[in-house]
Amino acid sequence: MASIEVRELSKTYRVARKEPGLLGTLRHFFRRSYSDIQAVKGISFTIEPGEVVGFLGPNGAGKTTALKMLTGLIHPSSGTVRVAGYTPFDRSAAFLQQITLVMGQKQQLIWDLPALDSMRINAAVYRIDRSEFQARLEELSSMLGVADHLRQPVRKLSLGERMKVELMAALLHRPSILFLDEPTLGLDVNAQSAVREFLRQYNARYNATILLTSHYMADITALCRRVLVIHHGKLMYDGKLDHLVERFAPYREVTLELNQGVSEEVLSQYGEIESVEGCEVRLIVRRENLTPTVVRLLRDLDVQDLTVAEPPIEPIIGRLFEQGIES
Amino acid sequence: MKWIWERARTILSVNFATMVEYRVELLFWMLATSLPLIMMGLWILAVRRGEFSMDETEVARYFLAAFLVRQFSIVWVIYEFEWYVVQGRLSPFLLQPLDPVWRFLGAHLSEQVARAPFVALMVVLFIVMYPASLSVSIDQPDLWWLPSWRAVLGAIVAIYAAFLTRFALQYTMAMASFWIEKPTSLENFLYIPYVYLSGIIAPLDLYPDAVRQIAIWTPFPYVVWFPATVLVEQNTIPFAQGVAVLLGWTLLFVVLNRFFWRVGLRRYSAMGA
Repeated sequence: MASIEVRELSKTYRVARKEPGLLGTLRHFFRRSYSDIQAVKGISFTIEPGEVVGFLGPNGAGKTTALKMLTGLIHPSSGTVRVAGYTPFDRSAAFLQQITLVMGQKQQLIWDLPALDSMRINAAVYRIDRSEFQARLEELSSMLGVADHLRQPVRKLSLGERMKVELMAALLHRPSILFLDEPTLGLDVNAQSAVREFLRQYNARYNATILLTSHYMADITALCRRVLVIHHGKLMYDGKLDHLVERFAPYREVTLELNQGVSEEVLSQYGEIESVEGCEVRLIVRRENLTPTVVRLLRDLDVQDLTVAEPPIEPIIGRLFEQGIES
Repeated sequence: MKWIWERARTILSVNFATMVEYRVELLFWMLATSLPLIMMGLWILAVRRGEFSMDETEVARYFLAAFLVRQFSIVWVIYEFEWYVVQGRLSPFLLQPLDPVWRFLGAHLSEQVARAPFVALMVVLFIVMYPASLSVSIDQPDLWWLPSWRAVLGAIVAIYAAFLTRFALQYTMAMASFWIEKPTSLENFLYIPYVYLSGIIAPLDLYPDAVRQIAIWTPFPYVVWFPATVLVEQNTIPFAQGVAVLLGWTLLFVVLNRFFWRVGLRRYSAMGA
């Protein structure tokens, strides 16, 4: 059985419209006008147990709305969703025991108390007995490296420490399906990497299914082999991350270290110039021209070193969102 | 059954820890609900000046009892619920297999425990200021009066029945958060009949008959006046009848609450959670 099955899922919000100024306010008071916003438009996909899938899209694309429908917080306007075999909006106890939703910008821990107290509440809510609670606490705190922070008031923790204990609280009941909305938002590079490593371990240890949104492409490249790309509420791409790169960025970055400077006019014969800094040159070369171009570069120019790399994924995705995708 | 106890114990103890964090605020909250003590001073002055059906001792004792009833039946769930809905913080609770009402109820009960030492301090202060409140009567200032154990037990039952009624009423009004931005305005509106009809500003025995007859058709006299008169053993409403009325109101509000919770939740989830 698939962990997540989504068929033709749509969500339309009704939003009140108000003109600015006194007249607009009076009109709004006596006669409200509304408009419909289609946040998600007929998306379909299936995710198997143990898969880690990246959910990509610019702000307002419909990612969070879709995640909320998958967790049962939002009722879909049309379409069907099955998560772990349940209809999320029924919010049955058995379903809630199997999922978790972590939102990077929202917290569930009690602000003024040590995180341990929030964990105790969660243990009671999810019916985890005392010995099992202790065992899970030790396991998760050692995986996340936060054992020393559990007894400090949450408000005294750094952003990174807080996110780690948030994750701990959200995973205490050992859910098999994780919905993570920007779990590394605002964290420094080290904390981001620690959270990623933890998620990788959790997925491997419990064969957990993870659906992850993030604006940090490093999260996606480190964790997800498959991505879903959503734009203006529509699912534009569902497939391997590698294929996305091949399909939308069919070029390579060639970096040259030359023994003597060469004019840009000459360099432009080999590919698109990305940068020239002294004798270091970066060229963008189409994939199908790569081999003959490298041969010509080595033959024609005084090359000290030459490297070929895949282009960074961030600009690719950025360009993709800007231009839209023909699916 | 074991899990019910385990959940209750944990929710209460953690909420108690939260409330202890707000100990200074607790003192202010308690002082803010000291209206019965202020009213008592005014009424004692009135007793001294003219004809009155209660003597100074009875007035002092009634307002002390009313103060105690209020301290243990304070409800603020509408303010908290409104904040949770507006901030979108209700969502994490909806993803857990426990109805959020138990968390709110737990927070209230824990706050009462955290408040208790301050209440005891106020009672001592009150008795020092108005020693007459513990005399048998104004003519016998040296004879001490203490409520019987039956009165104390009865008052505890009545106070917690009153607390449940107020909680159920306010939590039902809090459901308006799903439709309007400021449901606390409903609470502010209801505060007026609550103040005038509950017995905070005067025992209902002193009200004109017509007003009293109207008042007893509302839940308000039962949430302060009735438990206070049970404690001072001056209740004109029979104990069983008073408790039954409170439970009846509670049941009505619970039924309404569950209806609006279901409809409201559907709306909340339709609008964007």
